[in-house]
Order: sequence, then C-alpha cells, then structure tokens
Amino acid sequence: MFKKLLIANRGEIACRVIKSARKMGISTVAVYSDADRQALHVEMADEAVHIGPPQANQSYIVIDKIMDAVRQTGAEAVHPGYGFLSENPKFAEALEAEGVAFVGPPASAIVAMGDKITSKKLAKEAGVSTVPGYMGLIADAEEAVKISNEIGYPVMIKASAGGGGKGMRIAWNDQEAREGFQSSKNEAASSFGDDRIFIEKFVTQPRHIEIQVLADKHGNYLWLNERECSIQRRNQKVIEEAPSPFLDPETRRAMGEQACRLAAAVNYCSAGTVEFIVDADKNFYFLEMNTRLQVEHPVTELITGIDLVEQMIRVANGEKLPFTQDEIPINGWAIESRLYAEDPYRNFLPSIGRLSRYRPPAELAQPFMAVRNDTGVFEGGEISMYYDPMIAKLCTWGPDRAMAIEYMRNALDEFEVEGIGHNLPFLSAVMDHERFIRGDITTAFIAEEFPEGFNGVELGEAEQEKVAAVAAGMYRVAEIRRTRITGTMDNHKRKVGKEWVVTIGKREFPVEVEADRNGTTAHIDGQSIVMRSDWTPGDRLCKVEIDGVPHAFKVQKISSGYRVRYRGADMKVRVYTPRRAELARLMPEKMPADTSRLLLCPMPGLIVKLDVQVGDVVEEGQALCSVEAMKMENILRAEKHATVVKINAGPGDSLAVDDVIMEFE
Amino acid sequence: MKDILAELERRRASARLGGGQRRIDGQHAKGKLTARERVELLLDDGSFEEFDLFVTHRCTDFGMEDEKPAGDGVVTGWGTINGRLVYVFSQDFTVFGGSLSETHALKICKIMDMAVQNGAPVIGLNDSGGARIQEGVASLAGYAEVFQRNIEASGVVPQISVIMGPCAGGAVYSPAMTDFIFMVKDSSYMFVTGPDVVKTVTNEVVTAEELGGAITHTRKSSVADGAFDNDVDTLNEVRRLVDFLPLNNRQKAPVRPFFDEPGRVEPSLDTLVPDNSHTPYDMKELILAVADEGDMFEIQAEHAKNIITCFIRIEGQTTGVVANQPLVLAGCLDIDSSRKAARFVRFCDAFEIPLLTLVDVPGFLPGTGQEFGGVIKHGAKLLYAFGEATVPKVTVITRKAYGGAYDVMSSKHLRADMNYAWPTAQIAVMGAKGATEILYRSELGDAEKIAARTKSYEDRFANPFVAAERGFVDEVIMPHSTRRRVARAFASLRTKRRQLPWKKHGNIPL
Repeated sequence: MFKKLLIANRGEIACRVIKSARKMGISTVAVYSDADRQALHVEMADEAVHIGPPQANQSYIVIDKIMDAVRQTGAEAVHPGYGFLSENPKFAEALEAEGVAFVGPPASAIVAMGDKITSKKLAKEAGVSTVPGYMGLIADAEEAVKISNEIGYPVMIKASAGGGGKGMRIAWNDQEAREGFQSSKNEAASSFGDDRIFIEKFVTQPRHIEIQVLADKHGNYLWLNERECSIQRRNQKVIEEAPSPFLDPETRRAMGEQACRLAAAVNYCSAGTVEFIVDADKNFYFLEMNTRLQVEHPVTELITGIDLVEQMIRVANGEKLPFTQDEIPINGWAIESRLYAEDPYRNFLPSIGRLSRYRPPAELAQPFMAVRNDTGVFEGGEISMYYDPMIAKLCTWGPDRAMAIEYMRNALDEFEVEGIGHNLPFLSAVMDHERFIRGDITTAFIAEEFPEGFNGVELGEAEQEKVAAVAAGMYRVAEIRRTRITGTMDNHKRKVGKEWVVTIGKREFPVEVEADRNGTTAHIDGQSIVMRSDWTPGDRLCKVEIDGVPHAFKVQKISSGYRVRYRGADMKVRVYTPRRAELARLMPEKMPADTSRLLLCPMPGLIVKLDVQVGDVVEEGQALCSVEAMKMENILRAEKHATVVKINAGPGDSLAVDDVIMEFE
Repeated sequence: MKDILAELERRRASARLGGGQRRIDGQHAKGKLTARERVELLLDDGSFEEFDLFVTHRCTDFGMEDEKPAGDGVVTGWGTINGRLVYVFSQDFTVFGGSLSETHALKICKIMDMAVQNGAPVIGLNDSGGARIQEGVASLAGYAEVFQRNIEASGVVPQISVIMGPCAGGAVYSPAMTDFIFMVKDSSYMFVTGPDVVKTVTNEVVTAEELGGAITHTRKSSVADGAFDNDVDTLNEVRRLVDFLPLNNRQKAPVRPFFDEPGRVEPSLDTLVPDNSHTPYDMKELILAVADEGDMFEIQAEHAKNIITCFIRIEGQTTGVVANQPLVLAGCLDIDSSRKAARFVRFCDAFEIPLLTLVDVPGFLPGTGQEFGGVIKHGAKLLYAFGEATVPKVTVITRKAYGGAYDVMSSKHLRADMNYAWPTAQIAVMGAKGATEILYRSELGDAEKIAARTKSYEDRFANPFVAAERGFVDEVIMPHSTRRRVARAFASLRTKRRQLPWKKHGNIPL
C-alpha cells in the first residue's frame, strides 16, 4: 500500500479523503492556497504544502504546483477529489509520467467521457440507452428544424461543450427550434469558444438518477445502485438520496448493467458515476459519465456499507475489488442535504463572512439510525468568495425513506450556523414538502414548488402548538431563575405562575404549564403536551422530547420571548402572563419602515465613491455610489426615477447593513 | 360597618380611574398604556403598594377648585422586580395631561426620599404635558424639589427614567439627571423647547419626532440610552436592566444562578482577529463569548458605535464592559465615544460593578472637527473615569493599543488590576508605518529602506511582549481561554479594597 497520499483538493472532500486514508494507515498531504491557511483540511493532514494565491486558477488547478508539492513531499499517490483537477487528463498523465499513482480512472477514460458528443457515441456503441437525437454537425437552422421533426418535439438544443445550462434551449415547435439553434450557437461560441450544437429529445417530467460504478484494473465492473438527485436548483444539486423512490429492481438492474458496459468500453477503473435521465414511464437515457468521486457519494456508502474512497485507493494500488455484484446490498435509505452558504431569503445569493457559529448535529452510527456530516469548515472559520459555496453535506440514514426523512428534519433543526446566510431553512422546507415526502419529484421540483423563490415556512397548527408549549416551558424556567437573584425581600419573593399566553405572529395560544420530576406538561387547546428537556437558560439549542419524540428548536432570547427556528420557520414567539398579554394586545402594530425612498447599504462595507449629489435627478439603473466589501467593489444603482434629497454618507465611511446612504423624493 | 368598608372600595375604584374611561380609551387609542397599567407591567404581579392615592391639588385659581381628581396625575409607590424592592412613580396623562403640580411633585419626592432612606432604585415613568400652568411658581418649585432629590440620590441609588409620552421644558431635567433614560419609539419625545417655539425663535421647521423623538435622542443627542418598540417591550427591558443593578451603592453587584461553565473554552476566538491588521471584526462576538449565556444589555447601542458599553454577567455577577468596536471608525476614540464610555464607567464605579475593558484602539480620531469640539477635554473624561474607578478592573488587549488611547483604555498605569493581552496584541506608540515615517524621515524617498525599517519596527513592537517585559501586561493569554481567565481574575478581585485620598469631590473635566 502507498505510504503517503496527497489530496489535490480542499474543503470537505479533502477532509473526507484524509479520513479514509488515515483509517488505512496512509499518511496524508494537504495543499492549500493563501485563503486556506487555517482551513480544516490543512489542520487534519499530516503535512501541508502551500501552493499559491487564493484564486483556484493560480493554485488548486495549476498542475505544476501540485506536481511540485508531490515531489517535495514524496507522495506516492494523489487523490483529486471532485472539481479542480479531478477530470483533467493532463493531470493524470503528468502523474503517470512521474510514476505517481492517480487515484482515479486512466487518462484515456477521462478523455473519452469528457466530451458530450463522443461520450454519447461511445455509450450508444456499448448498448447504453441514449436520448434519441442527432449528434452530427448541424449546418444551419433549417437543418435543425428538419432534425427536430425527425426526433419529435419537444427537443433540446444543446452546446456540445456546454454545461450549467449555458447554450441550452428547449423547442416545442419549428419556430422555437429555428431561434433556439441560433441563440444556442451564439452563446456557445462566446461562452466556450466552440459553437458545435446537437439536438436531442427533450424528456418531460425528468428525474436525475445516476448509477455508481466501481471498477478495478482486473476487469471487474460493479454497480453500486443508484442515487436520485432530482432536487436541483438551476442545475445545482441540493438534495440527493439512495436508493431512488422511483426505480424498480428490473430498471435498476438494467441501468446498472448498462453503466458497467459503458465503463468496460473505456477500460474504466476506480469510482465513476453514470448519469441518466429517467422519464415518467421509467424510460432511462444516458446523460454523461463523471469520471471521479461524486459529491453525493456518501448516500451510496450509507446504503452499501462500502467506503468508496478506500476502494478507490486500493484500486489505484492495483488491488482486486473484494466483493462481487451479489454482495452489494441496498440497506435502508440515505438522504443527503447540501448546506450552501447562500441566503435563501435573498434569492440564494452567495454569502461570505465569518462563521461565528457552526455546530453540526452529532454524528451517529447506530443499528437503526445514522447521521453523518461531511464538512470542511469550523466555527470561527471564514467563508471566502473564492470557492464553492457548499460548506457541508449532512446525511441521515434510516431503515426506510420515511425514517431517513424524519431524521433529516431533526438533524437540520439541530444544525446551528450563524454569521452567514445559508439554506438550512430551505432544506427543512423541502423535507416537509408533501410532494417530496411522496417521492413525487422531478428535476423541476424546486422551480415548480418555489416559483417565487423561498419566503420562509408557515407552520401548521399542530407544529405551532408545539412551539408554543416549548416556548412557555423555557420561559417559565428562565423566569424562575430570575427570582433567585441576590437582594430579594425575604418572605416576599416573586412567584412564577402557571398560566401563560404565547403569541406567534398574530396567533395567541393560552398555555398552562406544570412541571414535576417527570418533565413539563403544557396544557394547550384541550390537550396535554409532555416535554422532557435538559435545556437551561442561555442554551441556543433546545433539544426536547415531546410526547417521547425528539425535537430540536433553535432559540435566541428576545424581549418577552424567543426567536425560534424550527422546520424552516423563523418566528418571534412571545410569552406573556395573561394580564400582560391583555395589555400587549393594546400595542399598535408597527409596520416596517417604508424604505422605498431610501438607498440602504446592502452589506457591511466602505463607501469608495459617490456618483450623485443632492438635487440630482437619477434614472432607473443609474449608478449612485460604490461600496467596497470584502475587497469587491459593488455599484449601487437607482431602482427608479427619483430626485436625491439627502446624502448621509461620504467616501471613506464604513457602513453596516441597512444603514441609509441617501434619500430620494 | 360594612358600608364604611365599602366606601373605601368605592373611593379607591374612583381614584384608580384617573381621568375617566374616556381619557383612558384615548390613551389606548394612541398606542399608550395608562399609568397604572404601566406600573403593573413594570413590577412583579400583585407587588405594587401605593402611596397617596387620595392626594389632591390645592390650587384654587382658574376654576381648579372644582376639579380635584384623587391622586393628582401621578401614581406612586413601591413594589418588587423579581422580588427586589424598587420605588416607582408613573405620571397619568389622563389627569390634567399628567401636568406637574405642587402636590404631584410632593408625591414623587416622598417616594424618592423613601428610596434613598431604604436603599432601593427609583424608576420614573414620564408622560406629562409639563408644568401645571394654573399653579405658576408652585409647580416650578415642585420641579426643583424633584431635581434636588435627583442630585442627592445620584450615586446612592440607581435612578431610571422611562419617557413614555411627552416630556418637555423643565420636565426634561429630572430624567437628565438620572442614570438611564429609555424611550418608547414613536410615542415619546423630549425637548427643552418645542417645535412651535423653535419656529418662532430660529425659523427652523421641525417635527416633534425629529426634534426630540427616540431616534434623535438615541442616535444623535445621546440623551437617551435606549429605545424600544412599545410600552410593553420597554418596561420589560427595564425589568431586565434592573436585574443587572445593585439596589444601592452599599451593595455589591447582584448575583443570580447561572448555567454556563466559567471555564468554557471558545476555540473560535483564536480566529477572531483577522490576519490583516486593517481588517475589522466584531468585538461583540468576544463580549458574548465571555458573558454568561451570551447575554448582554447594551447602553447607548445606537450612539458612538465605535465603543460598546454594556452589562453582562460573569459567574452570575453583573460586570460592566467597555470595548472598542473595530467595525466602526476602526474602533478609535473620539469625543462621542469618550463621553459615552466615561459616563458608563462612572456609573459602574458608583455602584460597585466590576469593569471589563476590551481594547482594540488605533488612537484618537484626528481632525479639526474633533479638536475644535474639544476632544482633549472629552477624551480626558474617559481617562479620568478609568483612573478614578476603584472597582475591580480587568483589561484584555486583543489587537491595537496605540499611543495615548492605550493609556486611556484602563491600562495598568490607571490602576487596572489585571491586564491581559492576546498574542495578536500590538502595544506601541503608533502603527509601524507611521512610526517609521517619523523616525526615518530622511529615508522617506527610499521605499525599500522604509519597508525594511517598517518591518523591523513591526518585529520589535507589533506584539504584546515589550509591554509584558515591563509588567504593563500581566500575562499574554490564549484567546480561546479568555472567559476562563477573565472569570478567574474577577473571582480573585471580589475582596478588592481600594480608596482614593479623601476629597470633597474630584473635578472631572466636564
């Protein structure tokens, strides 16, 4: 076995690879850029080599720098992770040339699968089901229309070199085909410098289901079942699961066998993923093959019990796979939620900054329950603008899908992330979405169910009652503690009562709270909720068993109550005595201030330039001023025609979020 | 016999209605609660004991003799906040607009005298149109009697004012002399002269809200220490503040049970100070990490944000925190921040509340605005306040402590008891760049030489060890163990005794 493995990557995947290597007794080398000096993967590795400035194109994807690090440390093998150099055949060749093992497939396989047209051709030849389409060069729009008619509408017009939705059009008729061809071609030329276009059948109600393959250098090709990755937002995967709630054993086997045939056709070895698109009638079509470890590989590991990274390293070392196809189980159900540093309330804008709080749920591996969190960040760490916004992959595993979902709900509730915007509430919302629970999903799920973006979650009645009960229980404990302060009048202590009124938004819940040594009971709306918890004032996470079922609420003290975050909802919950509630009802409702006449600072930053003066008439889109934040200059523009009547800040002023920069009329 | 008892109930009920149901409804319609409802919210349920329910005014002019409501526009008495004694007066806007008469003032004076005698805070809920004009000088005399008692009670018992309606003219000076002023957003204002007079005299057109609303006084004028959304929240927050305060100057700061390990380690603090010394960070993160249960009560949160003043608890005991905030103006000291912090330090010292000072200060803000405004005298206030304070004083330098500002921020030389520094601290006369430009003026043309000089200055002074070598820093501590170290320091100082030479009083540069 290798003595030393270099991981040519960063973040959670570098940490993930280090874990398996360490388990196998292999010492590890991390590489890091300036932005990653204090990163977790550097901390975890036995050795670390600095490879340059923060920008990936000057560090993590510079082959020479990685090769230098390999030479310098004497690493015998390199794991590329995903992204960066993982699918770069030149990198695999460079390693080969120096006699260093590449933990991945041969360069030839990477090349063969790297081009969409070539890979599809190869797949077809290997007997893999492909989307009906035309792969030759298309001369002009008229030919495109002719081909589209042969395939049958709807069709998809795609750039050969495309990715991420660029250069992609869907056409439902001749005219759209004509226009789509032209615009795809233009976009492809400008984006990729390659304007080759192909046309294929557009699959309706598509699901994204992929097969994990694993091959050694001795001609053994195995399929490790599927993962369903249909929950995507603009082609970015958000939630994955294994197995798929949609496949039957026959379809699974057919897909698995075809995936292996394709792998064999290109002499594949190591782990790889064959992606399929599956329609409502369980017809499946080959999309592409990813010649690397996939981000969502943990769900496969959880249902098969196979450590994919370990197997990749063993294969790279020339070992034979230690199991056969019959020995690969589907054991239970696993779900992965990707935690992104993206603010769902601000249209999923990437968010950067200091992780002032980062407390993932405890990892567990029990006979009927598992929680796993693959992460590359830590509390007090910095989320920089240079890399992928994904900061953790939270996986849960249970005996069946319902249980896996239930565990995920709780794990998300327990996950504490502060300091940056993140998508935890959105993930919770999906876990409680009735279509997701039914497994009735397609790649359009998010676009269809959240067409206006994400605006938070409104809890149902039963869940609100739970929140009310828990808030009253916590408030009571905190109020009792307040009476135990020094300096009280003897014999005339404050007595904390049982009757409370909890308000959540406009709703009021009268709650009677009683406590004894078996727990706290809340009587609410004619029913009794029994709670057991070791919460004490100041705890930001309230873990409580409600009628025996574990729940977790994120809580933060506010005046007369708590901000509670639970199941994707973010609520201000007030707890009053009945008399105080009566008086609170008399309080006027305060409308959020009208900010349409104000220019607010969208982020903490420094004003570097003012482009207008008091009295100026500005038009929609006109630059008003520049704010520098995190070394980026952001130009703030007028949203409508208006007159500047007041300017409150000048160049050099440092502002906080929502500070007023100028006022309009 | 029964009739006689019933008569008391009848009189009480009538007195409690104040100016009558119609005016009570009017008060509610404005989003304001009545004087009695406010007292209920402020105090523990059922703890209020009233004084002078049946007091009436003595005015006989302008037909006043025909209208003598019981209580005369102010509700006074005592009660408890979480079981601790406080005295309270609450002006009743439904009776003559809460205007202050001679007897109204006497009622306030009575509870203030009791408060000082018995050593308990005074909380005033202000909602008054001003002087009772019909009474003339008798009303003014009443104000002055209250002012004199505010002065005498100052430093003896905590005094808190809550502005819950109008507070104008002479009336503002009673709150002004108390320790804390809180306001209710949108329904309270304070000014010496109102918008009408302002218009007549200076021709300025201004609304009452702009002239003296909660936003004005918490951000610009710094008259108020905080503002909250409505009556309920405001009174709830006053209860929360009272939990932090001792009842009088003879008591130690209060202690309550706490659920937070004093030795709690916070690894995230090790990365709080950024690599680049010009990059700001949020000092509040450190305060919350040191505090029990991450709980703080900030004073003047909206004013002079380059310094933070707040109460926290450490091991259950109240501690006052003064901290530079690098997020605003790089945390430098200026006129506003010096005044804000100086007043806070003196309050803590007067009431035996230990002081924790967190330092990241690049110096005093330069400029004509500052010099013309008298930054010398205002900066001296903070220097004076720290040097004068005899309560336990613990200081932690996280990053910059430059020049005179280093001395000011509760340095060893001002008799701080424990001075800690993080390894990231830089204690020097100024930043390396500025220093080399002065020391090596002749080499300024040679960028390379200057860079080398800067580097060598940095190597020598951009650390805490030069100060530690001289004992100006007692120890260099790991950021992650700050809570433990600070908690232990204060624990060792609980028996501190220190007295300044006898004097009538010092002469702080006002």
